[in-house]
Amino acid sequence: MLLRALVTAATIGLASSLAAAKDVKTVALTYIVDHPAINAVRNGIVDALGDAGYVDGKTMKLIVQSAQGSMPTQLQIAKQFAGEKPNLMVAISTPSAQALQSTAGATPVVFSAVTDPVGAKLVASMEKPGANVTGTSDMQPLGPTLQLIKSLVPSAKRIGVVYNGGEANSVSQVQALKREAGKEALEIIESTASQSAMVGDAARSLVGRVDAILLPTDSTVISAVEGVVSVGQKAKLPIFASDTDSVTRGAVAALGFNYYALGKLSGKMAADILGGSSPSTMAVGTLQTQDLYLNIKSAVAMGVEVPESLKASAAKVIN
Amino acid sequence: MTLFALSGALEAGLIFGLVAMGVYISFRLLHLPDLTVDGSFPLGGAATAVAIVSGMNPFLATALGTVAGAAAGLLTAVLSVRLKIMSLLAGILTMVALYSINLRVMGRPNISLFGYETVFSPVQALFGGSIWSNAVMLAAIAIVAKLLLDWFLATEIGLALRASGENPTMSTAHAIDNDRMVIVGMVLSNGLVGLAGSVFAQSQGVADVSLGIGTVVVGLAAVIIGEASLGTSRIWLATLGCLVGALLYRLLVAVALGAGALGLQAQDLNLVTAVVVAFAVCASRARQVARGRIKCWVVARFRPRQVPPGR
Repeated sequence: MLLRALVTAATIGLASSLAAAKDVKTVALTYIVDHPAINAVRNGIVDALGDAGYVDGKTMKLIVQSAQGSMPTQLQIAKQFAGEKPNLMVAISTPSAQALQSTAGATPVVFSAVTDPVGAKLVASMEKPGANVTGTSDMQPLGPTLQLIKSLVPSAKRIGVVYNGGEANSVSQVQALKREAGKEALEIIESTASQSAMVGDAARSLVGRVDAILLPTDSTVISAVEGVVSVGQKAKLPIFASDTDSVTRGAVAALGFNYYALGKLSGKMAADILGGSSPSTMAVGTLQTQDLYLNIKSAVAMGVEVPESLKASAAKVIN
Repeated sequence: MTLFALSGALEAGLIFGLVAMGVYISFRLLHLPDLTVDGSFPLGGAATAVAIVSGMNPFLATALGTVAGAAAGLLTAVLSVRLKIMSLLAGILTMVALYSINLRVMGRPNISLFGYETVFSPVQALFGGSIWSNAVMLAAIAIVAKLLLDWFLATEIGLALRASGENPTMSTAHAIDNDRMVIVGMVLSNGLVGLAGSVFAQSQGVADVSLGIGTVVVGLAAVIIGEASLGTSRIWLATLGCLVGALLYRLLVAVALGAGALGLQAQDLNLVTAVVVAFAVCASRARQVARGRIKCWVVARFRPRQVPPGR
């Protein structure tokens, strides 16, 4: 009798511990390379999951792998994730998302910081992804940025853009920028750099040909913002950015979102999917709020006069 | 390690086995450090992806990727032997040029092959979408490539190629055109790498302009690991070593990724690669030294005693 009671107790104990283990969701997260913007997205995702009650080490098992810039390693990470059979996979950047998409099977995949998810064949459409893959895009409305440039540099006719032609995200941004520029009667002059070391030269080649330079959210260019800033200071050429972090590093102004907020949006979508929502009907998220960051010191150095009204509307003014 | 992780390691290992055979031809047989590989790998993937997206049969598209890789090898060889540019620089020039060419070929930096027919589609249908189907197809491709390479290196041209790499002066004396051998070797080497890039893009479901970063280092690591584990006494052993070396390397990556046990993480991979290659080189050197010592000892012990003349 005592034995049976013990066995029953043990069984119940085992069952309840198994049930507890079942409640712990496994989330596998991967990204192509360590980079300030990507790491900010990652932190946002983890924090948003925590806010929704999925805390790493307690109510969630989080596996994180960086591909260290290597596509073959990204393939192996995708396969490894498939073997771990997580409840959800998360990919930051286009190639990481594409790698997970091809191995995930029916496991839901949430991507983040993919500029053109339709062009990358991750989703059927922005409104209705149609399969197990959805997430957030870092494409931002570019019209307001061009209007900002016109308000600070009223004489501007030609805007230079420095970007890496080898980055899918950047190419789609520049295409969108050209469409918007037409509406604002501006002309876009392109200059490409395939490595961070070439960014300064690419910016220098625009001196004399443009009235201002706008940097897209391009990881190659953002790694070398300081190089562009020094060209702008020497040539009195105003430099604008698309991410707020570059303003603290010396660009005059940016109407950008921060990647941490984008990560939080992706994390919230991930939590909804863990809670039972279907990714196939969850529209691709984009951030609508754009914070204005101003750097007065750079503005003076690059010959830009900032009106007081603009300073008042800025989310952050760096002196 | 899960079975999925193992299948991923097998796929990547077999693909890089092809790269390793290419690198073996240039670095080991011709003794030419050829860096074209970092460009011809993504070129193979790019050409195949464009062809598949435009509706070409995937097997023809794969052949096209292979030919594209071979053309890149031809360019390096021509720069090197006809224009007399130092071979290391010739390879670097082609590799740099290929970055722009790959972007032109694709028209954009990234082409997704998701949902298109690839060379893996028939095998996947045959095995009912088993996780091993890609690996089976890749094993077939790698083994056929290895056997063809073994056969070629035993033909008259193949033997001439090996002789030319080993001793150009002697080869000239035997009426071998060294320049032509470099061209043949580079075309063959980069053709194999182009094929690898082509099947990589298809197995991964995407061709990206950044596909090739570090290809030559991993290929060389595979060659060296293969030499250390199987030796180089026979050509068929050396080419088998390329496959084995690449598989071992990728298994190591899988272990590093899997990894709570060893405390390794993906970011440690580059260090692990360097340590493994250094260790493999030292191990094979130590083995040679040990073998040499044994030989000396045997010779000293059992050499027939020389009888001094005149006694």
